[in-house]
Amino acid sequence: MNMQLFEIVDKPIDIEEVKQKVVSRDAGAILLFIGTVREFTKGKKTLHLEYQAYSPMAIKMFEQISKEIEERWPDVKIAITHRVGHLDISDIAVVIAVSSPHRKVAYEANEYAIDRIKQIVPIWKKEFWEDGTEWIGDQLENVPYPVGNPPIMKGEFS
Amino acid sequence: MIHILLFAHLQEAIGEAELRVNLSDYTVGQIKGWMEKQYPMLSFQQMMAAVNEEFATDEMIVNDGDTLAFIPPISGG
Repeated sequence: MNMQLFEIVDKPIDIEEVKQKVVSRDAGAILLFIGTVREFTKGKKTLHLEYQAYSPMAIKMFEQISKEIEERWPDVKIAITHRVGHLDISDIAVVIAVSSPHRKVAYEANEYAIDRIKQIVPIWKKEFWEDGTEWIGDQLENVPYPVGNPPIMKGEFS
Repeated sequence: MIHILLFAHLQEAIGEAELRVNLSDYTVGQIKGWMEKQYPMLSFQQMMAAVNEEFATDEMIVNDGDTLAFIPPISGG
């Protein structure tokens, strides 16, 4: 069985496989978050989506999220698979599996993981509508840019 | 020589996923300025960047052989 805990794939995600990665005799709960493609966003109809990832960095960021979770909730196991490429309405874009001895921590850690994915994992979504397309960014309006304005370097290469 | 990786709208606007340029030993911020000169329709100043798959500040130096990725606002999940 594939035991890579963090994956970017271009095929449909096997939910059961992601779940199996966090099965543990110490667990009393396994919580699965399944992120799916929504048809309507603020009244606008999506036809389909395309996801793109900077895969090697995305995997590193998944590992960082896992480390952060381990610091907060040491008994949690986590596995994440995100899909890229063309996705239709209701297709599964991401699966986050978390196991824990007790359920409350599993809910907390799973929500933490999806929040952090939206902040630090380099994956982009392109929306296809009836009247056009757009790469979507900054859905949370809390993209972690460095504090302050970077120095302006225009003219440096003139 | 450094590698510059482009994603999402940057990749579509420039028409390339990767650039190889002679900008070793410049800072990330300086390279952002260079990109804006090459591609005046694009803005890089507020954009996140990563050097060798780690988030980088504008002050970080990009060395020969490094990979600099520009990270537009992300929308995964």
